[in-house]
Amino acid sequence: MTSIPHPAASAAKMETRRLEIRYGAKAAVKDVSLTLPDRQVTALIGPSGCGKSTFLRALNRMNDLIPGSSASGEILLDGRSIYAGHLDAVELRRRVGMVFQKSNPFPKSIFENVAYGLRIGGLSDRRELGERIERSLRSAALWDEVKDRLAESAMGLSGGQQQRLCIARALAVEPEVLLMDEPASALDPIATAKIEDLIHELKVRYTIAIVTHNMQQAARVSDQTAFFYMGELVEVGPTEQIFTTPRQQRTEDYVTGKFG
Amino acid sequence: MSVASRKAVGAGLTLLTGAAAALVVAMLAVILVDVVRGGAGRVSWEFLTSAPEEGMTAGGIFPAIYGTAVMTLLMTVAVMPVGVLTAVYLHEYAPPRSRMAALVRVAVTNLAGVPSIVFGLFGLGFFIQFAGGALDRALSPPGELHYGRPALLWAALTLAVLTLPVVIVATEEALRAVPREHRDASLALGATRSQTLARVVLPQALPGILTGAILAVARGAGEVAPILFTGVAYFLPELPGSVWSQFMHLGYHVYVLATQSPDVEATRPLLYATVFVLLALTFALNLVAIAIRTRTRRKAAAGH
Repeated sequence: MTSIPHPAASAAKMETRRLEIRYGAKAAVKDVSLTLPDRQVTALIGPSGCGKSTFLRALNRMNDLIPGSSASGEILLDGRSIYAGHLDAVELRRRVGMVFQKSNPFPKSIFENVAYGLRIGGLSDRRELGERIERSLRSAALWDEVKDRLAESAMGLSGGQQQRLCIARALAVEPEVLLMDEPASALDPIATAKIEDLIHELKVRYTIAIVTHNMQQAARVSDQTAFFYMGELVEVGPTEQIFTTPRQQRTEDYVTGKFG
Repeated sequence: MSVASRKAVGAGLTLLTGAAAALVVAMLAVILVDVVRGGAGRVSWEFLTSAPEEGMTAGGIFPAIYGTAVMTLLMTVAVMPVGVLTAVYLHEYAPPRSRMAALVRVAVTNLAGVPSIVFGLFGLGFFIQFAGGALDRALSPPGELHYGRPALLWAALTLAVLTLPVVIVATEEALRAVPREHRDASLALGATRSQTLARVVLPQALPGILTGAILAVARGAGEVAPILFTGVAYFLPELPGSVWSQFMHLGYHVYVLATQSPDVEATRPLLYATVFVLLALTFALNLVAIAIRTRTRRKAAAGH
């Protein structure tokens, strides 16, 4: 396993140390130490079943919901363990938001979808809700398309719009880290391009980790790329280096399409 | 097998299965035609709003409609919270492969298979003698029975036990239909499990839960055996004044008209009309349940 410090070294927002995640007796993630630098995009790549999604879902403890899963090692947010007493899973997930592979808006209005996280956080002032929702929808590059139909069902949006709505919903609670699990895999090229543009804009304010099967996408959107294989972190480095001069043979084989 | 005999077997089977299906439809048709022809003409506003008169050979059935309605309402109020909470526990809170949950599911399945007259005896033993008896010992003057006798409340509670499986099964079904993605989305936004349940899961499951409630009402409103010992009366001059009163009931009234009349010929039109009202009510409730279910399915289909 290789891990080198990022050249444009910025502070670590999240960090795992010797993280191991098991489903029953089977280890899905083995001994992974990885740093997500503050306000940079980290792409997690690797063949199906390599553990990258499991790794991602460990960062906001969504894995804890799967019966039989267990984690050992350390996960740090701003240098403090996410399992420590100052933070529970609910608080953690407000700071570390998530966008899923399949867009999953609630069967509610567009407004209520984005308002959801704010309402459960106790915000009920209509005016402030409206402002936060507009800001989130603008950040997700969706405002102009939906501003006249906020009261309509989110189910009436196209697939790409639904996914940007889910991003807006995640942004509304103002997380510090955004985890994206193949956010564009079910979208057409135009919608995918919009999501990628969005990631570029979001990294000014958010630390982002994105799982993707699409090599070009990883190359386009990320600053740092981590290659997972069979549950292990094979190599991590600046995206350009991983795609041009990988130090591991397995990485080179994967990014050049020899397997995967 | 030759071509001719293959064809003969095929035709024979088509005929046999078709005849069986036709027989079912025919039986329902005979019942409906008979009831509608004999009863529809006799149903009038007056019949629906007046009390039986002259030894049930004249007058209407209002006390029976009223009793059935109030009893069913009480039953619904009793069964829904318990049924829904049980289903929520089974589906949302019980750990997977929980022994407790498995035990509850077995109990629910078996509860659904118990003959309804047994529920009547259970109601008599548990609610009237045990619970009512205890209340009397605690609250009534010695020797007097206020609670330990047949009453609207005891009948409603007995029916609530009877219809519990319907509500639990329907609610669990409805909870199961809520996509996992919506729960995940809610939790990932920092919602607690109870917030997710209250704001995402239950609202989506509500139509299914309502369907369960209506099926329970349709089932409970028509049952006679469980209330025989627990609250229904042959004839009452007045409407029940409280939940501790006895009451008249449509289903039992049908039985009374059919078997206890001093003048069979005079009672027959009333009997037909009462059966017609009972059937119409049950059908109407089932239609509402089907309508809600269809609407939910359509909404779910449009959702993805």
